[in-house]
Amino acid sequence: MPVKVENLTHIYMKDSVFEHVAIDNISFEIQDGEFIGLIGHTGSGKSTLIQHLNGLLKPSSGKVFIDGEELGSKEIQMKKVRQKVGLVFQYPEYQLFEETVYKDVAYGPRNLGLSEDEVDARVRKAIGLVGLDFDSISNVSPFELSGGQKRRVAIAGVLAMEPKVLILDEPAAGLDPKGRDEILRGFKTLHEQQKITVVLVSHSMEDIANLVDKVLVMNKGKIAYFDTPRNVFKEAETLEKIGLGVPQVTYLVRELRKKGYPIADCINIDEAKNELLRLFKR
Amino acid sequence: MIKDITIGQYIPGDTTVHNLDPRIKIIITFVFITLLFFVGNYFSYLYIVAFMGLAIGLSKISLKFIVKGLKPLIVIILLTVVLNAFMTQGEVIYRLWGLSITREGLYQAGFMGLRLIFLITGASLLTLTTSPIALTDGIEKLLSPLKRIGVPAHELAMMMTIALRFIPTLLEETDKIMKAQMARGADFETGNLINRAKAMVPLLVPLFISAFRRADELALAMEARCYRGGEKRTRMKQLKLEFRDYSAMMIVAAFCFLVIWSR
Repeated sequence: MPVKVENLTHIYMKDSVFEHVAIDNISFEIQDGEFIGLIGHTGSGKSTLIQHLNGLLKPSSGKVFIDGEELGSKEIQMKKVRQKVGLVFQYPEYQLFEETVYKDVAYGPRNLGLSEDEVDARVRKAIGLVGLDFDSISNVSPFELSGGQKRRVAIAGVLAMEPKVLILDEPAAGLDPKGRDEILRGFKTLHEQQKITVVLVSHSMEDIANLVDKVLVMNKGKIAYFDTPRNVFKEAETLEKIGLGVPQVTYLVRELRKKGYPIADCINIDEAKNELLRLFKR
Repeated sequence: MIKDITIGQYIPGDTTVHNLDPRIKIIITFVFITLLFFVGNYFSYLYIVAFMGLAIGLSKISLKFIVKGLKPLIVIILLTVVLNAFMTQGEVIYRLWGLSITREGLYQAGFMGLRLIFLITGASLLTLTTSPIALTDGIEKLLSPLKRIGVPAHELAMMMTIALRFIPTLLEETDKIMKAQMARGADFETGNLINRAKAMVPLLVPLFISAFRRADELALAMEARCYRGGEKRTRMKQLKLEFRDYSAMMIVAAFCFLVIWSR
Protein backbone atom coordinates (compact mmCIF):
# COMPACT_ATOMS: atom_id res chain seq x y z
CA MET A 1 0.00 0.00 0.00
CA PRO A 2 2.53 2.64 -0.92
CA VAL A 3 1.30 6.21 -0.66
CA LYS A 4 2.70 8.50 -3.30
CA VAL A 5 2.22 12.25 -3.53
CA GLU A 6 3.26 14.08 -6.67
CA ASN A 7 3.57 17.85 -7.00
CA LEU A 8 0.61 18.36 -4.68
CA THR A 9 -0.65 21.92 -4.25
CA HIS A 10 -3.71 22.97 -2.32
CA ILE A 11 -5.11 26.49 -2.34
CA TYR A 12 -8.01 27.46 -0.07
CA MET A 13 -10.63 29.94 -1.32
CA LYS A 14 -8.98 30.23 -4.70
CA ASP A 15 -9.52 33.48 -6.62
CA SER A 16 -10.84 35.41 -3.65
CA VAL A 17 -9.35 37.94 -1.26
CA PHE A 18 -8.98 35.15 1.28
CA GLU A 19 -6.87 32.97 -1.05
CA HIS A 20 -4.35 30.94 0.92
CA VAL A 21 -1.80 28.43 -0.30
CA ALA A 22 -1.81 25.64 2.29
CA ILE A 23 0.34 23.15 0.41
CA ASP A 24 2.89 24.28 -2.11
CA ASN A 25 3.99 21.74 -4.70
CA ILE A 26 5.21 18.84 -2.56
CA SER A 27 6.18 15.29 -3.53
CA PHE A 28 7.07 12.30 -1.36
CA GLU A 29 6.50 8.57 -1.02
CA ILE A 30 5.63 6.38 1.95
CA GLN A 31 6.52 2.67 1.72
CA ASP A 32 4.52 -0.25 3.08
CA GLY A 33 4.73 -0.77 6.80
CA GLU A 34 6.55 2.46 7.59
CA PHE A 35 5.79 4.45 10.72
CA ILE A 36 5.93 8.08 9.65
CA GLY A 37 5.91 11.10 11.93
CA LEU A 38 4.46 14.34 10.58
CA ILE A 39 5.51 17.50 12.36
CA GLY A 40 5.15 21.17 11.61
CA HIS A 41 4.18 24.47 13.13
CA THR A 42 0.45 25.29 13.43
CA GLY A 43 -0.74 26.28 9.97
CA SER A 44 2.11 24.55 8.16
CA GLY A 45 -0.31 22.41 6.14
CA LYS A 46 -0.26 19.11 8.08
CA SER A 47 -4.01 18.75 8.43
CA THR A 48 -4.58 19.76 4.82
CA LEU A 49 -2.01 17.21 3.68
CA ILE A 50 -3.50 14.26 5.56
CA GLN A 51 -6.97 15.01 4.24
CA HIS A 52 -5.62 14.54 0.74
CA LEU A 53 -4.40 11.07 1.56
CA ASN A 54 -7.92 9.66 1.77
CA GLY A 55 -9.54 11.98 -0.73
CA LEU A 56 -11.48 14.23 1.64
CA LEU A 57 -9.84 17.20 -0.03
CA LYS A 58 -9.11 17.40 -3.73
CA PRO A 59 -5.77 18.76 -4.88
CA SER A 60 -5.74 22.17 -6.56
CA SER A 61 -3.05 20.58 -8.69
CA GLY A 62 -0.88 17.49 -8.47
CA LYS A 63 -1.69 13.85 -7.79
CA VAL A 64 -2.08 11.43 -4.91
CA PHE A 65 -1.64 7.69 -5.51
CA ILE A 66 -2.74 4.98 -3.09
CA ASP A 67 -1.60 1.51 -4.13
CA GLY A 68 -0.76 2.83 -7.56
CA GLU A 69 -4.27 4.16 -8.16
CA GLU A 70 -4.77 7.88 -8.57
CA LEU A 71 -7.32 9.43 -6.22
CA GLY A 72 -10.00 11.37 -8.03
CA SER A 73 -9.82 9.32 -11.21
CA LYS A 74 -13.18 8.06 -12.38
CA GLU A 75 -12.68 4.32 -11.90
CA ILE A 76 -11.76 4.61 -8.25
CA GLN A 77 -14.40 4.34 -5.53
CA MET A 78 -13.90 6.81 -2.70
CA LYS A 79 -15.48 4.44 -0.17
CA LYS A 80 -12.83 1.82 -0.93
CA VAL A 81 -10.06 4.37 -0.56
CA ARG A 82 -11.43 5.50 2.80
CA GLN A 83 -11.53 1.90 3.93
CA LYS A 84 -7.89 1.42 2.96
CA VAL A 85 -6.77 4.72 4.45
CA GLY A 86 -8.19 5.27 7.94
CA LEU A 87 -8.11 8.81 9.26
CA VAL A 88 -8.47 9.70 12.93
CA PHE A 89 -9.10 13.42 13.27
CA GLN A 90 -8.09 15.65 16.15
CA TYR A 91 -10.44 15.23 19.10
CA PRO A 92 -12.24 12.32 17.40
CA GLU A 93 -14.55 11.88 20.42
CA TYR A 94 -16.66 14.76 19.05
CA GLN A 95 -17.83 12.54 16.20
CA LEU A 96 -19.51 9.93 18.45
CA PHE A 97 -23.25 9.80 17.91
CA GLU A 98 -24.76 6.36 18.54
CA GLU A 99 -26.68 5.11 21.57
CA THR A 100 -24.13 2.49 22.49
CA VAL A 101 -20.40 2.05 22.08
CA TYR A 102 -21.03 -1.11 20.06
CA LYS A 103 -23.24 0.64 17.51
CA ASP A 104 -20.84 3.53 17.16
CA VAL A 105 -17.85 1.32 16.47
CA ALA A 106 -20.00 -0.73 14.09
CA TYR A 107 -20.96 2.36 12.04
CA GLY A 108 -17.88 2.20 9.81
CA PRO A 109 -17.97 -1.56 9.06
CA ARG A 110 -21.73 -1.37 8.40
CA ASN A 111 -21.12 1.41 5.88
CA LEU A 112 -18.78 -1.00 4.13
CA GLY A 113 -21.72 -3.37 3.70
CA LEU A 114 -20.20 -6.27 5.63
CA SER A 115 -22.22 -9.16 7.06
CA GLU A 116 -23.39 -8.89 10.68
CA ASP A 117 -20.98 -11.66 11.73
CA GLU A 118 -18.06 -9.86 10.18
CA VAL A 119 -19.18 -6.55 11.74
CA ASP A 120 -19.43 -8.19 15.15
CA ALA A 121 -15.97 -9.73 14.84
CA ARG A 122 -14.44 -6.42 13.79
CA VAL A 123 -16.11 -4.46 16.58
CA ARG A 124 -14.86 -6.92 19.20
CA LYS A 125 -11.36 -6.78 17.77
CA ALA A 126 -11.26 -2.98 17.49
CA ILE A 127 -12.50 -2.43 21.04
CA GLY A 128 -9.84 -4.87 22.24
CA LEU A 129 -7.12 -3.12 20.23
CA VAL A 130 -7.71 0.21 21.98
CA GLY A 131 -7.47 -1.51 25.36
CA LEU A 132 -11.11 -1.44 26.43
CA ASP A 133 -13.08 -4.34 27.88
CA PHE A 134 -15.73 -5.39 25.37
CA ASP A 135 -18.21 -6.96 27.81
CA SER A 136 -18.35 -4.07 30.24
CA ILE A 137 -18.38 -1.26 27.68
CA SER A 138 -20.20 -2.37 24.54
CA ASN A 139 -23.70 -1.51 25.78
CA VAL A 140 -22.82 1.75 27.52
CA SER A 141 -23.72 5.09 25.90
CA PRO A 142 -20.52 6.69 24.58
CA PHE A 143 -21.59 9.98 26.17
CA GLU A 144 -21.34 8.51 29.67
CA LEU A 145 -17.66 7.65 29.28
CA SER A 146 -14.66 9.64 30.46
CA GLY A 147 -12.72 11.75 27.98
CA GLY A 148 -9.96 9.18 27.52
CA GLN A 149 -12.43 6.33 27.02
CA LYS A 150 -14.42 8.36 24.47
CA ARG A 151 -11.19 8.96 22.56
CA ARG A 152 -10.49 5.22 22.52
CA VAL A 153 -13.99 4.38 21.33
CA ALA A 154 -13.68 6.93 18.51
CA ILE A 155 -10.32 5.49 17.49
CA ALA A 156 -11.81 1.99 17.61
CA GLY A 157 -14.46 3.26 15.19
CA VAL A 158 -11.71 3.90 12.62
CA LEU A 159 -9.73 0.75 13.43
CA ALA A 160 -12.87 -1.33 12.81
CA MET A 161 -12.59 -0.32 9.16
CA GLU A 162 -9.32 -2.32 9.20
CA PRO A 163 -7.33 0.23 7.21
CA LYS A 164 -3.99 -0.62 5.66
CA VAL A 165 -2.79 2.93 6.23
CA LEU A 166 -3.69 4.62 9.50
CA ILE A 167 -3.39 8.39 9.79
CA LEU A 168 -3.57 9.89 13.26
CA ASP A 169 -3.92 13.63 13.82
CA GLU A 170 -2.58 14.28 17.31
CA PRO A 171 -4.32 11.26 18.82
CA ALA A 172 -2.94 11.98 22.29
CA ALA A 173 -3.80 15.71 22.51
CA GLY A 174 -5.47 16.58 25.79
CA LEU A 175 -4.98 13.18 27.43
CA ASP A 176 -3.20 12.64 30.74
CA PRO A 177 0.37 11.23 30.61
CA LYS A 178 -0.76 7.67 31.39
CA GLY A 179 -3.51 7.79 28.78
CA ARG A 180 -1.24 9.15 26.09
CA ASP A 181 1.44 6.55 26.74
CA GLU A 182 -1.10 3.74 26.56
CA ILE A 183 -2.68 5.01 23.39
CA LEU A 184 0.62 5.64 21.61
CA ARG A 185 2.02 2.28 22.69
CA GLY A 186 -1.18 0.73 21.35
CA PHE A 187 -0.49 2.21 17.93
CA LYS A 188 3.09 0.98 17.99
CA THR A 189 1.94 -2.56 18.83
CA LEU A 190 -0.70 -2.39 16.14
CA HIS A 191 1.93 -1.25 13.66
CA GLU A 192 4.27 -4.09 14.58
CA GLN A 193 1.66 -6.87 14.70
CA GLN A 194 -0.54 -5.98 11.74
CA LYS A 195 2.25 -4.45 9.62
CA ILE A 196 0.10 -1.45 8.76
CA THR A 197 1.50 1.87 7.66
CA VAL A 198 1.03 4.61 10.25
CA VAL A 199 1.26 8.38 9.83
CA LEU A 200 1.35 10.16 13.18
CA VAL A 201 0.88 13.91 13.44
CA SER A 202 2.29 15.13 16.72
CA HIS A 203 3.65 18.18 18.50
CA SER A 204 5.66 16.07 20.91
CA MET A 205 9.22 15.63 19.68
CA GLU A 206 9.70 12.90 22.32
CA ASP A 207 6.87 10.82 20.84
CA ILE A 208 8.28 11.29 17.37
CA ALA A 209 11.77 10.25 18.48
CA ASN A 210 10.46 7.18 20.31
CA LEU A 211 7.99 5.86 17.78
CA VAL A 212 8.65 6.67 14.17
CA ASP A 213 10.95 5.40 11.41
CA LYS A 214 10.94 8.61 9.40
CA VAL A 215 9.87 12.20 10.03
CA LEU A 216 8.23 14.49 7.53
CA VAL A 217 8.77 18.10 8.55
CA MET A 218 6.41 20.65 7.04
CA ASN A 219 7.05 24.37 6.92
CA LYS A 220 4.75 26.90 5.24
CA GLY A 221 3.26 24.27 2.94
CA LYS A 222 6.59 22.82 1.87
CA ILE A 223 8.61 19.85 3.03
CA ALA A 224 11.56 20.99 5.11
CA TYR A 225 12.93 17.50 5.86
CA PHE A 226 11.94 13.89 5.21
CA ASP A 227 14.44 11.68 6.99
CA THR A 228 15.04 9.53 10.08
CA PRO A 229 14.44 11.25 13.43
CA ARG A 230 18.15 10.99 14.16
CA ASN A 231 19.11 12.97 11.07
CA VAL A 232 16.26 15.47 11.41
CA PHE A 233 16.94 16.24 15.06
CA LYS A 234 20.54 17.13 14.18
CA GLU A 235 19.10 20.31 12.70
CA ALA A 236 18.01 21.82 16.02
CA GLU A 237 18.61 25.45 14.95
CA THR A 238 16.61 25.18 11.73
CA LEU A 239 13.81 23.31 13.50
CA GLU A 240 13.58 26.07 16.10
CA LYS A 241 13.45 28.68 13.39
CA ILE A 242 10.33 27.03 11.94
CA GLY A 243 8.60 26.85 15.31
CA LEU A 244 9.58 23.29 16.24
CA GLY A 245 12.29 21.82 18.42
CA VAL A 246 14.11 18.63 19.36
CA PRO A 247 13.46 16.27 22.30
CA GLN A 248 14.45 17.63 25.71
CA VAL A 249 17.11 14.97 26.11
CA THR A 250 18.70 16.02 22.82
CA TYR A 251 18.99 19.57 24.16
CA LEU A 252 20.61 18.20 27.32
CA VAL A 253 23.17 16.19 25.40
CA ARG A 254 23.97 19.17 23.17
CA GLU A 255 24.55 21.35 26.26
CA LEU A 256 26.87 18.73 27.69
CA ARG A 257 28.84 18.65 24.49
CA LYS A 258 29.16 22.44 24.51
CA LYS A 259 30.64 22.11 28.00
CA GLY A 260 33.32 19.85 26.52
CA TYR A 261 32.04 16.34 27.19
CA PRO A 262 32.64 14.00 24.21
CA ILE A 263 29.06 12.72 23.88
CA ALA A 264 27.21 11.62 20.74
CA ASP A 265 23.80 12.99 19.70
CA CYS A 266 20.90 11.18 21.40
CA ILE A 267 17.21 11.34 20.61
CA ASN A 268 15.73 9.34 23.47
CA ILE A 269 16.28 8.63 27.14
CA ASP A 270 17.70 5.12 26.68
CA GLU A 271 20.37 6.27 24.28
CA ALA A 272 21.28 9.16 26.54
CA LYS A 273 21.51 6.81 29.52
CA ASN A 274 23.93 4.50 27.71
CA GLU A 275 26.02 7.38 26.47
CA LEU A 276 26.23 8.93 29.93
CA LEU A 277 27.16 5.61 31.53
CA ARG A 278 29.85 5.11 28.91
CA LEU A 279 31.14 8.62 29.53
CA PHE A 280 31.36 8.42 33.29
CA LYS A 281 32.63 4.85 33.60
CA ARG A 282 35.94 5.87 32.14
CA MET B 1 -18.41 22.93 0.79
CA ILE B 2 -20.79 25.41 2.39
CA LYS B 3 -18.43 28.35 2.24
CA ASP B 4 -19.91 30.04 -0.84
CA ILE B 5 -22.71 31.82 0.98
CA THR B 6 -22.18 35.58 0.80
CA ILE B 7 -25.45 36.80 2.30
CA GLY B 8 -24.78 38.30 5.70
CA GLN B 9 -21.05 38.35 5.09
CA TYR B 10 -19.07 41.40 6.16
CA ILE B 11 -16.21 42.84 4.10
CA PRO B 12 -14.01 45.04 6.26
CA GLY B 13 -13.13 48.45 4.90
CA ASP B 14 -12.50 52.06 5.82
CA THR B 15 -14.86 53.99 3.58
CA THR B 16 -17.59 56.55 4.20
CA VAL B 17 -20.21 53.85 3.90
CA HIS B 18 -18.39 51.55 6.31
CA ASN B 19 -17.94 54.34 8.83
CA LEU B 20 -21.53 55.60 8.82
CA ASP B 21 -23.34 55.25 12.11
CA PRO B 22 -24.99 51.79 12.07
CA ARG B 23 -28.28 53.30 13.25
CA ILE B 24 -28.33 55.62 10.26
CA LYS B 25 -27.41 52.77 7.93
CA ILE B 26 -30.26 50.61 9.24
CA ILE B 27 -32.74 53.47 8.92
CA ILE B 28 -31.50 54.30 5.42
CA THR B 29 -31.87 50.66 4.39
CA PHE B 30 -35.45 50.60 5.61
CA VAL B 31 -36.24 53.93 3.96
CA PHE B 32 -34.66 52.65 0.74
CA ILE B 33 -36.71 49.43 0.79
CA THR B 34 -39.91 51.38 1.42
CA LEU B 35 -38.96 53.81 -1.31
CA LEU B 36 -38.67 50.93 -3.78
CA PHE B 37 -42.42 50.41 -3.43
CA PHE B 38 -43.06 54.05 -4.28
CA VAL B 39 -41.28 53.77 -7.60
CA GLY B 40 -44.00 54.48 -10.18
CA ASN B 41 -42.27 54.07 -13.55
CA TYR B 42 -39.05 52.94 -15.20
CA PHE B 43 -37.78 56.51 -15.25
CA SER B 44 -37.82 56.64 -11.44
CA TYR B 45 -35.52 53.61 -11.37
CA LEU B 46 -32.82 55.87 -12.76
CA TYR B 47 -32.75 57.65 -9.42
CA ILE B 48 -32.61 54.32 -7.60
CA VAL B 49 -29.75 53.20 -9.85
CA ALA B 50 -27.95 56.48 -9.22
CA PHE B 51 -28.38 56.06 -5.48
CA MET B 52 -27.20 52.44 -5.48
CA GLY B 53 -24.29 53.40 -7.73
CA LEU B 54 -23.30 56.14 -5.32
CA ALA B 55 -23.53 53.83 -2.29
CA ILE B 56 -21.68 50.93 -3.91
CA GLY B 57 -19.07 53.25 -5.41
CA LEU B 58 -18.38 54.88 -2.06
CA SER B 59 -18.21 51.51 -0.28
CA LYS B 60 -15.54 50.26 -2.75
CA ILE B 61 -17.15 46.80 -2.77
CA SER B 62 -16.62 45.10 -6.10
CA LEU B 63 -19.73 44.61 -8.23
CA LYS B 64 -18.67 40.98 -8.68
CA PHE B 65 -19.33 40.37 -5.02
CA ILE B 66 -22.77 41.98 -5.13
CA VAL B 67 -23.71 39.90 -8.16
CA LYS B 68 -22.49 36.78 -6.34
CA GLY B 69 -24.89 37.63 -3.52
CA LEU B 70 -27.79 37.65 -5.98
CA LYS B 71 -27.04 34.18 -7.30
CA PRO B 72 -28.74 32.09 -4.59
CA LEU B 73 -31.93 34.12 -5.11
CA ILE B 74 -31.95 33.92 -8.89
CA VAL B 75 -34.73 31.30 -8.82
CA ILE B 76 -37.07 33.58 -6.90
CA ILE B 77 -36.29 36.50 -9.20
CA LEU B 78 -36.85 34.42 -12.33
CA LEU B 79 -40.08 32.98 -10.96
CA THR B 80 -41.39 36.48 -10.24
CA VAL B 81 -40.46 37.67 -13.70
CA VAL B 82 -42.01 34.66 -15.47
CA LEU B 83 -45.21 34.70 -13.44
CA ASN B 84 -45.68 38.40 -14.02
CA ALA B 85 -45.01 38.09 -17.72
CA PHE B 86 -47.62 35.38 -18.23
CA MET B 87 -50.27 36.26 -15.69
CA THR B 88 -50.93 39.92 -16.46
CA GLN B 89 -54.00 40.77 -18.57
CA GLY B 90 -53.57 43.00 -21.58
CA GLU B 91 -52.46 43.24 -25.20
CA VAL B 92 -51.10 39.84 -26.32
CA ILE B 93 -47.77 39.96 -28.14
CA TYR B 94 -46.65 36.31 -28.07
CA ARG B 95 -48.29 32.93 -27.52
CA LEU B 96 -46.63 29.85 -26.08
CA TRP B 97 -48.50 26.56 -25.43
CA GLY B 98 -51.78 28.32 -24.80
CA LEU B 99 -50.18 30.84 -22.47
CA SER B 100 -49.76 34.36 -23.63
CA ILE B 101 -47.29 37.08 -22.89
CA THR B 102 -48.79 40.55 -22.83
CA ARG B 103 -47.16 43.92 -23.30
CA GLU B 104 -48.38 44.97 -19.86
CA GLY B 105 -47.05 41.69 -18.48
CA LEU B 106 -43.55 42.32 -19.79
CA TYR B 107 -43.62 45.84 -18.40
CA GLN B 108 -44.76 44.54 -15.03
CA ALA B 109 -42.24 41.66 -15.06
CA GLY B 110 -39.25 43.92 -15.64
CA PHE B 111 -40.58 46.25 -13.01
CA MET B 112 -40.93 43.55 -10.36
CA GLY B 113 -37.63 41.93 -11.26
CA LEU B 114 -35.77 45.22 -10.83
CA ARG B 115 -37.56 45.87 -7.56
CA LEU B 116 -36.44 42.50 -6.18
CA ILE B 117 -32.87 42.95 -7.36
CA PHE B 118 -32.58 46.37 -5.75
CA LEU B 119 -34.24 45.07 -2.61
CA ILE B 120 -31.63 42.35 -2.23
CA THR B 121 -28.65 44.52 -3.16
CA GLY B 122 -29.79 47.25 -0.78
CA ALA B 123 -30.14 44.86 2.11
CA SER B 124 -26.90 43.03 1.38
CA LEU B 125 -25.01 46.31 1.12
CA LEU B 126 -25.97 46.92 4.74
CA THR B 127 -24.49 43.64 5.96
CA LEU B 128 -21.52 43.84 3.59
CA THR B 129 -20.41 47.16 5.04
CA THR B 130 -21.44 46.80 8.67
CA SER B 131 -19.71 44.48 11.11
CA PRO B 132 -22.13 42.22 13.02
CA ILE B 133 -21.15 43.94 16.26
CA ALA B 134 -21.93 47.40 14.88
CA LEU B 135 -25.15 46.08 13.42
CA THR B 136 -26.43 44.71 16.70
CA ASP B 137 -25.26 47.85 18.49
CA GLY B 138 -27.35 49.85 16.10
CA ILE B 139 -30.36 47.59 16.51
CA GLU B 140 -30.08 47.76 20.28
CA LYS B 141 -29.96 51.56 20.23
CA LEU B 142 -32.87 51.78 17.81
CA LEU B 143 -34.94 49.41 19.96
CA SER B 144 -34.03 51.04 23.26
CA PRO B 145 -37.05 53.40 23.34
CA LEU B 146 -39.17 50.24 23.36
CA LYS B 147 -37.56 49.11 26.63
CA ARG B 148 -40.19 51.17 28.47
CA ILE B 149 -42.93 48.90 27.19
CA GLY B 150 -40.95 45.82 28.17
CA VAL B 151 -39.02 44.91 25.02
CA PRO B 152 -35.70 43.37 26.15
CA ALA B 153 -33.60 45.33 23.63
CA HIS B 154 -30.21 44.52 25.08
CA GLU B 155 -30.93 40.80 25.43
CA LEU B 156 -32.25 40.62 21.87
CA ALA B 157 -29.15 42.36 20.56
CA MET B 158 -26.86 40.11 22.59
CA MET B 159 -28.61 37.01 21.28
CA MET B 160 -28.21 38.26 17.73
CA THR B 161 -24.53 39.01 18.25
CA ILE B 162 -23.92 35.55 19.65
CA ALA B 163 -25.91 33.85 16.91
CA LEU B 164 -24.00 35.71 14.20
CA ARG B 165 -20.72 35.02 15.94
CA PHE B 166 -21.38 31.29 15.90
CA ILE B 167 -22.43 30.87 12.27
CA PRO B 168 -18.87 30.44 10.97
CA THR B 169 -17.92 28.28 13.96
CA LEU B 170 -20.82 25.92 13.39
CA LEU B 171 -20.17 25.78 9.64
CA GLU B 172 -16.59 24.80 10.36
CA GLU B 173 -17.77 22.22 12.87
CA THR B 174 -20.23 20.77 10.35
CA ASP B 175 -17.46 20.47 7.81
CA LYS B 176 -15.23 18.72 10.32
CA ILE B 177 -17.82 16.21 11.51
CA MET B 178 -18.91 15.52 7.93
CA LYS B 179 -15.33 14.68 6.99
CA ALA B 180 -14.84 12.53 10.08
CA GLN B 181 -17.96 10.50 9.24
CA MET B 182 -16.99 10.32 5.57
CA ALA B 183 -13.68 8.85 6.71
CA ARG B 184 -15.81 6.12 8.30
CA GLY B 185 -17.58 5.47 5.02
CA ALA B 186 -20.57 7.78 5.44
CA ASP B 187 -22.27 8.85 2.24
CA PHE B 188 -24.15 12.16 2.27
CA GLU B 189 -24.63 12.59 -1.43
CA THR B 190 -26.32 9.54 -2.96
CA GLY B 191 -29.44 7.54 -2.24
CA ASN B 192 -33.12 8.44 -2.02
CA LEU B 193 -34.62 11.05 0.27
CA ILE B 194 -35.17 8.70 3.23
CA ASN B 195 -31.67 7.27 3.06
CA ARG B 196 -30.20 10.72 2.84
CA ALA B 197 -32.20 11.90 5.85
CA LYS B 198 -30.97 8.86 7.76
CA ALA B 199 -27.39 9.63 6.73
CA MET B 200 -27.75 13.02 8.42
CA VAL B 201 -28.12 11.51 11.90
CA PRO B 202 -24.37 10.90 12.37
CA LEU B 203 -23.85 14.53 11.43
CA LEU B 204 -26.65 16.17 13.41
CA VAL B 205 -26.20 14.38 16.73
CA PRO B 206 -22.56 15.44 17.21
CA LEU B 207 -23.38 18.91 15.87
CA PHE B 208 -26.16 19.45 18.41
CA ILE B 209 -24.03 18.12 21.22
CA SER B 210 -21.20 20.43 20.31
CA ALA B 211 -23.55 23.42 19.95
CA PHE B 212 -24.88 22.81 23.46
CA ARG B 213 -21.38 22.34 24.78
CA ARG B 214 -20.28 25.62 23.23
CA ALA B 215 -23.33 27.43 24.60
CA ASP B 216 -22.54 26.09 28.06
CA GLU B 217 -18.91 27.12 27.85
CA LEU B 218 -19.81 30.57 26.57
CA ALA B 219 -22.33 31.14 29.36
CA LEU B 220 -19.71 30.12 31.89
CA ALA B 221 -17.08 32.39 30.34
CA MET B 222 -19.51 35.32 30.34
CA GLU B 223 -20.48 34.75 33.96
CA ALA B 224 -16.83 34.41 34.94
CA ARG B 225 -16.42 37.93 33.62
CA CYS B 226 -19.43 39.14 35.60
CA TYR B 227 -21.86 39.61 32.73
CA ARG B 228 -25.37 40.22 34.02
CA GLY B 229 -27.39 41.80 31.27
CA GLY B 230 -27.92 45.33 30.00
CA GLU B 231 -28.55 47.24 33.23
CA LYS B 232 -26.03 50.06 33.65
CA ARG B 233 -23.67 48.62 31.06
CA THR B 234 -21.44 51.19 29.41
CA ARG B 235 -19.78 50.83 26.03
CA MET B 236 -16.28 51.31 24.84
CA LYS B 237 -17.47 52.87 21.60
CA GLN B 238 -20.35 55.31 22.03
CA LEU B 239 -22.43 55.82 18.91
CA LYS B 240 -22.41 59.49 17.94
CA LEU B 241 -23.86 61.14 14.87
CA GLU B 242 -21.31 63.02 12.81
CA PHE B 243 -21.26 65.27 9.79
CA ARG B 244 -21.22 62.35 7.33
CA ASP B 245 -24.29 60.84 9.00
CA TYR B 246 -26.25 64.08 8.57
CA SER B 247 -25.06 64.39 4.96
CA ALA B 248 -26.13 60.81 4.25
CA MET B 249 -29.58 61.56 5.62
CA MET B 250 -29.84 64.68 3.47
CA ILE B 251 -28.84 62.74 0.35
CA VAL B 252 -31.39 60.02 1.05
CA ALA B 253 -34.07 62.62 1.67
CA ALA B 254 -33.23 64.23 -1.68
CA PHE B 255 -33.52 60.89 -3.51
CA CYS B 256 -36.82 60.17 -1.75
CA PHE B 257 -38.16 63.49 -2.95
CA LEU B 258 -36.98 62.84 -6.52
CA VAL B 259 -38.51 59.37 -6.69
CA ILE B 260 -41.88 60.38 -5.27
CA TRP B 261 -41.98 63.56 -7.34
CA SER B 262 -41.32 61.65 -10.57
CA ARG B 263 -44.16 59.20 -10.06
